[in-house]
Parts: sequence; C-alpha cells; structure tokens
Amino acid sequence: MSDTYDRRNNGRAASPGEYGGRRHPAPLSAPLPLKERPTARLPAPSDWTFELIEQYHDVIRATAQRFGLDTYPNQLEIITAEQMMDAYASVGMPVNYRHWSYGKEFIATEKNYRRGQMGLAYEIVINSNPCISYLMEENTMAMQALVIAHAAYGHNSFFKGNYLFRMWTDASSIIDYLVYAKNYVAACEERHGIDAVELLLDSCHALMNYGVDRYRRPSKLSLTQELARAKDREAYAQQQVNEIWRTLPPKLGRDEAEKEAPRFPAEPQENLLYFIEKNAPLLEPWQREIVRIVRKVAQYFYPQRQTQVMNEGWATFWHHHLLNTMYDDGFLDDGIMIECLKSHTNVVYQPPVGHPAYSGMNPYALGFAMYTDIKRICEAPTEEDRLWFPDMAGSSWLETLDHAMRNFKDESFIGQYLSPRVMRAFRLFAITDDDTEPTLEVSAIHDESGYRNLREAMSRQYDLGSREPNIQVWSVNLRGDRSLMLRHTQHNNRPLHDGAYEVLKHVARLWGFPVHLESVNGQGAVARRWTVDPSTT
Amino acid sequence: MQQIIDRRLAGKNKSIGNRERFLRRHKEQIREAVRRAVEGRGIRDIAQGEDIHIPKRDISEPVFGHGQGGSREMVHPGNRDFVRGDRIERPKGGGGGGAGSGNASDSGEGEDDFVFHLTKEEFMQVFFDDLALPNLIRTTLAETPEYKTHRAGFSSDGTPNNLHVVRSMRGAIGRRIALGSESRRELHRLEALLEDLRAQPGTPARLHEIEQIEADIAALRSRIDRIPYLDPIDLRYRSRVRTPVPTAKAVMFCLMDVSGSMDEARKDLAKRFFILLYLFLTRHYEKIEIVFIRHHTQAQEVSEHDFFHATETGGTVVSSALVLMEDIIQARYPRGEWNIYGAQASDGDNWHDDSPRCREILEQKILPLVRYFAYIQVVEQEQNLWHEYSDLAMESENFAIRKAAEVDQIYPVFRDLFKKEGAAK
Repeated sequence: MSDTYDRRNNGRAASPGEYGGRRHPAPLSAPLPLKERPTARLPAPSDWTFELIEQYHDVIRATAQRFGLDTYPNQLEIITAEQMMDAYASVGMPVNYRHWSYGKEFIATEKNYRRGQMGLAYEIVINSNPCISYLMEENTMAMQALVIAHAAYGHNSFFKGNYLFRMWTDASSIIDYLVYAKNYVAACEERHGIDAVELLLDSCHALMNYGVDRYRRPSKLSLTQELARAKDREAYAQQQVNEIWRTLPPKLGRDEAEKEAPRFPAEPQENLLYFIEKNAPLLEPWQREIVRIVRKVAQYFYPQRQTQVMNEGWATFWHHHLLNTMYDDGFLDDGIMIECLKSHTNVVYQPPVGHPAYSGMNPYALGFAMYTDIKRICEAPTEEDRLWFPDMAGSSWLETLDHAMRNFKDESFIGQYLSPRVMRAFRLFAITDDDTEPTLEVSAIHDESGYRNLREAMSRQYDLGSREPNIQVWSVNLRGDRSLMLRHTQHNNRPLHDGAYEVLKHVARLWGFPVHLESVNGQGAVARRWTVDPSTT
Repeated sequence: MQQIIDRRLAGKNKSIGNRERFLRRHKEQIREAVRRAVEGRGIRDIAQGEDIHIPKRDISEPVFGHGQGGSREMVHPGNRDFVRGDRIERPKGGGGGGAGSGNASDSGEGEDDFVFHLTKEEFMQVFFDDLALPNLIRTTLAETPEYKTHRAGFSSDGTPNNLHVVRSMRGAIGRRIALGSESRRELHRLEALLEDLRAQPGTPARLHEIEQIEADIAALRSRIDRIPYLDPIDLRYRSRVRTPVPTAKAVMFCLMDVSGSMDEARKDLAKRFFILLYLFLTRHYEKIEIVFIRHHTQAQEVSEHDFFHATETGGTVVSSALVLMEDIIQARYPRGEWNIYGAQASDGDNWHDDSPRCREILEQKILPLVRYFAYIQVVEQEQNLWHEYSDLAMESENFAIRKAAEVDQIYPVFRDLFKKEGAAK
C-alpha cells in the first residue's frame, strides 16, 4: 500500500501533437502556395445541402492548412433553431445537469427569438476534442461557410493553441465529465429530493465565479476516473474528521488558548467553493460532490471569460482572411462573398458611446481590429509602428500572430498589442469616475500623450481580477460559533452592491453556521459589514 | 475524421427538464395566475395557454458585484470632441456613463416582469392540481379524441405484420419478367440457332461455333437465375390511416342560483364545477352546446357572461330553473339526437315548499331525459333541498350530489359519473 503512483499525467494524451503534450507544430513563416487554381467557382445557391457543405468545408480546410492553423478534428453538426436555443440555455454545452436557471434562460431566449428581437447565435462551438460546431438549419450556404471558417477553424485553433485553454481545460474529457455531472445530479435528485438539490445548486451558482483556482493548475477531469473516485471520495470524506470538529478546546488557560489558537485557514483562500467543499462542517458527501461539480464547470469556463476579445477577434480575423483568400483563389462566387462580407460587417460594428445600441466595447470589433493591425504592422510598418513595436515591424505575420494568440489573455494581449492606430480608429477615450469628485474627468484620449494611459486603462478593464470584487475566505472561528469570515478587499474604494447580502445567505446555507462579510477599504478600515446566521433565517 | 452530423431529428426539447424545474420553482405565482385566468375565461376557452408574469427580482440569481462609488476608469469608443482634462456632468443615476464592465447595478433596470407563456398542457396541469384530480382522470381528460385505424390502400413501407403477400408476389413476378425479358429473348434466339447448327453436318469450325453458343446459353441461363426471386422493392404493405371516431352531440345545462346569498367565491366554485363537467364532455363528444340557466325566484336563459357576472337579489325558487330546463329540452334538444347532461350549483337555499316540487320534477321529468345530472352545494349546511335531493340520489343511477366548500372537493362528484361511464363501456 505504500506504492507511490504518479497520477499527474493520467488522461493525458501520449502523442505530442495532441492536447497535453507540451509541444505544438511550429507556426509557418509564410503561407503555403495554392496547389492549383480551381477551374470553376463553387456552386453558390442560397440553400445549403450536405454535399455543398462538404465541398466548402474541404476548401476551407485546405485554405486553413495553407496558413498552418492547428486545430482539433472538426465535427460539424446541423441543428434546428430550437436546438440552438436549447444549447444556448445550457451555457452552450450539449449536455448539462438540470437546473431551473437554464429553463429561465431558455424561456427568455425563446421569447426574444419569437418576437424577432434577436437573431439567434451566429454559431456555437464547444471546446472539446473533437471540436463540435453547430450549424443552424436556417442559415444560407454563405452563412454556413462563414460559420465553418469562424468556428471550426478560428475558435477551434484558439482552443487548441491558447495557453489558458491548454492549462485549464481538458478538451478531450469535458463532454464525458458533463455526462457524469448530469447523471450524478439526477441521482441525487432521486435520492434526496429535487428541492434539496435545487437549493444547493442555487447556492453554488451564486459563488460560481469564486470557484476557480486562479494560479494553480487544476487536475484533469475524465469520466472513468471521476466515477471511480467519486465513491472513494464520498467514503473518505465521511470518515475524515473535520478540522473544524476535531479541534477540541485545549486544557490551557483561557489567555493562553487565544494566543495559541492557530489561524484557520492559515492563509486567506480565494477559491470559496473549494474551501467550502473541503471544510464546510455540515455538508453531506453528496453535497460536497455537487459543490465540486459546479466548481469544475466554473473552472472550465474560466479561460473563456478571460479571452473574449482574443478569442472572438481571432475567429473573426480568420473567417475574414480565409474567405477572402478563397475568393482571391477563385473558389467563391461574388454573391456568396458579398453575403459573407455583409454579415462580417455587422459583426464588427462598434457603435460609438451615446449611440442607442452602445453597450460597451464590442469584443469582435476590437479583437478583429487588433489582429488585423498586427498583420499590417508586420507587413507594412510605419515610422510610428517601428517606434512602438520594433520587434514586430517587418517580421513574419503568421509567426507573430501565432505567438500573440498562444501566450496572452485579454488583459495582457491589449497591454501588449493595442496600437495607436487602432486607438485612433476607434477614437478611444478614458473617463475617470471618482465619487469624491463632483464631475467625471476625461483622463486620456487618442493622442500622443494619451496612448499609454489609454492602453493601460483598457487592459485593466479586461482584468477579471479588478472587474470582479476580490472576496476571500479570511478566517473561521474555531473556538466559538464556527462562523466563517469572508473579506472583501476594495479595489479603488469600490464598494459591493446590495446583492452581496443575498449571496451571503447562500454562503451561510452551504457553511451551516453564521457567515460574516467585511468590506475593507484602501485604508484598511472595515467600511461595511454583513452577517447572516442560518439558524435564524 | 471530418464529419457532418445531422442532429435535427435528435434530442429535441432538451430543455424541457429545465423548464419543468423553472415552473416548479414558481408554482405559487403560476397557480395564482391560473386561478385568475380561470375566473376571466369562458368555459369553452378553458383549455388554452396563458401568459405568466413573474417579477424580475423573484427570479434573479445573486452574485457578488461592484456597486456605485469608488473610483474607476472606463474606456469608451467614439470620442467626438473631448480632450484630456475635460469635465463632464455625472449622468443621472450616478453611473460612469455606460455598462462597460457589466457591473452596473440591477436597480437601473426597473422592475420589469419576466413574462412567459404557459402551454395548454401545463395550464391544464395546474388547473387539475387545484381540483385534486387523480392521475388516471387527468390522462383521460387531456387525451385527444379516440382514433380508429382503417385500411387505405397499399404503401411501400410498413411493419412486417402488415405485409401484403399477394401484392408483394405480384410485384416480384412483374419485376422478374421485366428484368429477364432481354436475356430470355436472346436465349430463345441462340437456342433456335443451335438447333439449326446441330441439324447441319459438323465441320470443325461449326463444332467450335456450337461450343461457343452453348457457352453463351449457359451464361444467359445463369444470368436469368440470378434475378432475385423476391427483392425488398417488391414488398407491399397494407396502409392504415387513423381517423377520429365520429362522436355524437351533447348539450350541457348549467343551472345556478344567483340569489343574493351566492357570493363571488361561491360562484367561482360553481364555475370550476361547470368547467370540469365541460372538460369531461369534450372527451366524449365532438359537439357540445352549453345552456346557461340562472334563477332566483324566476329562471331565465342567459349568456355565459351574464351567467357568471350579473348579480341579482331576492328569494330562491329552484324549481323554476328545472321547469325551464325541461321546456328547453322539449323545444330544442330531442332526446334521440342529443346526449343531455345537467349540472346544478346552489347554496342550498330554497323556498321551503319548493323543495319537494324540485324532487318531483327531477324524478319524473328530467332524470328520464338526461344521461347524468350532477348537483353541487357550495356550503356545508344542509337544508331541505339537500334532504330531498339526497333521498333521490339514493334511488337514481344518473343523479349525483355532493357538497363542496373548497375547490378540491368538487372532483368526487364526478367519480360516480366515471364509474357509470366505465361500466357502460
């Protein structure tokens, strides 16, 4: 029994090209030449057929290979609008456990769709291996081609290449894991009642954004392992004498006891769900498992939340570039191209501030503009570019773009690559909103003195760490009422909104004992304090 | 590895389980909405969906987020004429001029209701829940009219038990003849030729020719033999189509006491009783007419709206309604053509000497004409009408009475009806 197993590489593919292998094919330094020009353009009716999709897909694939796009194998699936709404509602995944909030989402989506307020998703693509892309039945042939280029080659290569996805998600096992999660939750509903499971899931969902490890690489998920281990875990967790229960009052003098009492946890914990899963005194084993499931799912989506601009921009850049190349090579008909471009133009439209349609930066537009500009800087740098990006000017654009896609997240990508030219094109400006001042101040605009400030501000705007309140587990009162203390460290003195109390109720439900939340401002003083005691609510 | 999968036929309604959970969670609001809808609807319109409004705050999912205040810097596109250092008035509501990071507080969104549509099935489910209907009854009620299958020609696909052997074989013979005709013609020609050659004296060249022709003949024979005796394309199946069973006509009489003692709650109870009867009848009859008779000291036939909404005061003479009902039956609904049902709701109040007369009219004139007559009393207290009726109910088969002070007590009235219907089948 004393054998030590190295399980760190379990479930990891052996071949270097697959996920988990550290190596990936080196990017091409220049596009490969076209093998031969086609004799005729592809047929271009507005209705698609399976044969046509196959034909277009072959050309798109061949074109993508010329640019060295490295992707998971593709699986294209034709679905109906209703199925698209189904997928929408369950956070884009083909399977998921049952929860009322997904039902709500579905009802809202369906209603908007029926009223015609909303076009349905352009595409849904799942970060899995093989990579599943949904093509909607209603799309025209041109749209199908666009979606294939966008999702099956753009997003797919991003999922496979970007470091966050490589580090945090395991594309080969996510579907398996969700099947496991769905069955487990269903089994729990049967055993413990739908209400009990629903309450638990509600509470977990409230903390979903606080269920991710930000710095530690998570272990792999895989169905077979999960099934085998879930049982062990339950049994083990049950036997495990909980840290919080075990601590008997030591027979020392009272003063001494206070002095000696070790802090628990020893350091503040940022992963609230993990802490609760491991330490909540009253949770039953199945409840811990569900907390774990929610945590794992949150972890899976964490990279997507950090790479909106990069991911969408990358896919948009590539559908644009692939389709244009195909047109230049003589594959695409004028009509198809016009329709694709029209759609593309809609996608990358950025309404200016004050416009009725304005709702913040459009990640498609920003990402597309940035990748396009990187390519331009490589190919035709100006004096300004040579000053700002000396390394990039004149280098191979494929290599530079590949590097930019693989090694950044939104925050660092913008910090690194947002060029003055793009800032000017978007006419970006920064506004400082300080509640101690009576008015807002324009702190930077797209001019020589403002570029750097603007870039920094923009980069911060995409930093999840400052976008979401920083809330951590501070301590547990081991000697007294076993209450849990959470601490919110204010960033720039920004307070929590009033929903915090509601969330705290959920924390208290999971913890089982009183829960406090302190909001600490920049001066280190407690600005506000909430308390929920589950025994009285 | 590249593949396109057609998923359009698979996995429809994947979200149905999620929808159920959503409905479960908001059961109270939905029940309330259904109750209101039942009050507002006509009996005939009961089996429809309904829009449900739920206040947004009831379905929110809280998460930690930033509130107003503190200092923050937001980047926006589309600068027109700002330069650095410009001061801008704080927009009303205190926001930083946009929902940039999605952390703007919910309070700005207003208290819009979350509206969604309850389907007909879901609506009926909630309605039945209120009435405490047993499951078996629910399914029979929700069921569409019965269908009968009958034959309608032949089709090229079907299940083996519908295989039509004669048709299939006929097709097979035709196909065998058609496919083999060319070969057979050639065969006959060669055989005739062979005959000729054999008749002539055999030189080596001719013998060689005979050999060759014999080989050709053998090849043709085997080709003819290879034509399958029965091919899947020969198979013919008896085609069956479903048609609704033709059903007879029914008329339903709703009798209600509208004297001053019947308040809104009692009327609502009565309405549910009528609705339920109507639903039972829709299961059996294609065409149902409803006659509304209200009465106090006098009875009159009225529209549905007046039936439920107009209020009258005064005493009560129940027999007046029964007399009117009988008159209408005699005038408009000959017994041979119509299945007649009666439903009466009252608070049991009646002018003292009238009750025996009611019993008499029912027993002698009405009950012989109707398939079923149900009486429901919406208060507990027993008065002389109740006593008279309960005596009668003991004796007659097609008369049921019940007291129902709450909606879930209505159903037992129908239990007898179903017993009878079940026995008749």
